[in-house]
Amino acid sequence: MSSLREVSCDTITETVRRLFLEANTDLGADVLSAIEKFLAREESDLGRYALDKIVENATIAREQSAPLCQDTGLAVLFVELGQDVHIVGGNFNEAVQEGVRRAYEEGFFRKSICDPLTRHNTGDNTPAVIHAEIVAGHNIKIMAMPKGGGSENMSSCMMLLPAAGLEGLKRHVVETVVQAGSKPCPPVIVGVGVGGSMEESAILAKKALLRPVGQHNTKDDRLPTVESEILEEINRCGIGPQGYGGRTTALAVHIEMMPCHIASLPVTVNIQCHVARHKEAVI
Amino acid sequence: MKEAIEIHTPLTDKVCEELNAGDLVLLSGDVLTGRDVAHKRLFDVIMHGEKLPIDLTGKIMFYAAPTPSKPGHPIGSIGPTTSSRMDQYAPKLIELGLKGMIGKGQRSSEVKEAIQRYTAIYFGAMGGVAALLSRYITKAEVMAYGDLGPESMMRLEVVNFPLVVVNDSRGRDLYEDALEKYRRE
Repeated sequence: MSSLREVSCDTITETVRRLFLEANTDLGADVLSAIEKFLAREESDLGRYALDKIVENATIAREQSAPLCQDTGLAVLFVELGQDVHIVGGNFNEAVQEGVRRAYEEGFFRKSICDPLTRHNTGDNTPAVIHAEIVAGHNIKIMAMPKGGGSENMSSCMMLLPAAGLEGLKRHVVETVVQAGSKPCPPVIVGVGVGGSMEESAILAKKALLRPVGQHNTKDDRLPTVESEILEEINRCGIGPQGYGGRTTALAVHIEMMPCHIASLPVTVNIQCHVARHKEAVI
Repeated sequence: MKEAIEIHTPLTDKVCEELNAGDLVLLSGDVLTGRDVAHKRLFDVIMHGEKLPIDLTGKIMFYAAPTPSKPGHPIGSIGPTTSSRMDQYAPKLIELGLKGMIGKGQRSSEVKEAIQRYTAIYFGAMGGVAALLSRYITKAEVMAYGDLGPESMMRLEVVNFPLVVVNDSRGRDLYEDALEKYRRE
């Protein structure tokens, strides 16, 4: 029997705080290199102008520790909790919420969370959404993702007919992105969850957005080609950066897939704006 | 790329008539901010026949809610939210004198018709570059609905704020033009 490793709630709070402070002010190298790659082949003047501004904004935000976007997001976390970890000194969920609370206060981030009906702001950007999974080992991996509302609103969850197959899946993803048009701040990253149950497809779609931008899913050898084909199709539509026209409507399509019921083909498309913020740490 | 056109507030019919979808604009002067809840409140005031807390004549409404200002800064990061959520309120505000709107994303046909009928304009501001855009703002003060925090209605002073004309007073739409020009079969 392996021995338990103790991890304190203070450490969890501090890690979550640091990840959200960094994520909201320091755009990842994965996004920036994708922008540079597409900038080199963008045909439209306004499109190149918009892509240039994304790079300029990232530099200013990093230098001044300023939020990249005024929408500093709903705090979404994916946690892989090692089964040999014993959390001490408090409650895990509350430790995470406290980390979010501190980051949004200290970072001068916008508090964007409210009651769904009264629209009354909770005042500290909590509660965060936490997806926890128990895995082997004695570490805790925390992936933090501030998720903007504008792009989230353009997402969709559909139960396709199994007969729709691969072609139906591809058509549905392209249509969702084209339908969203200029609203989600293109160029976007398209997270797609295929299979599982209704809610699992949504979690897979969000998880797909945590991958470094443009990194293919190599767990299933059919998927890299499918991801590339959907991306090409999206970038033929002409929406372009900010919807001002051009070749760069999406930077990447990331698919996560798992088996599903014989009667179902659940597909969730989760749209992420170009400010694709995600940071991770292992405790 | 075409050179940017410098314009100043208040917006007049003449200025609006000269702007075309796709023009790059540098705006100086003052703009109001307001989004979902502020619009609902303005609309309720109008529906009850009461007096608006602000005069909309010749004004520009920026659909935005910034991050809190750090000490020594006039404003935090700021950028546009998705305009379509304000579509149900915009035609009425345009009828009452609102001349310009700043946001992101396509508008409803009702909003576009009001823009044409009342010679108004819809500008796109770049989404997701809010640290950069805050540099063009020199002053911010709350005008109404302070209880809404970041969603309160503010008056911003802007200098050479970069915008793109999306819907002009002749009925042109940059987003539609863009699809026509860049779509590949």
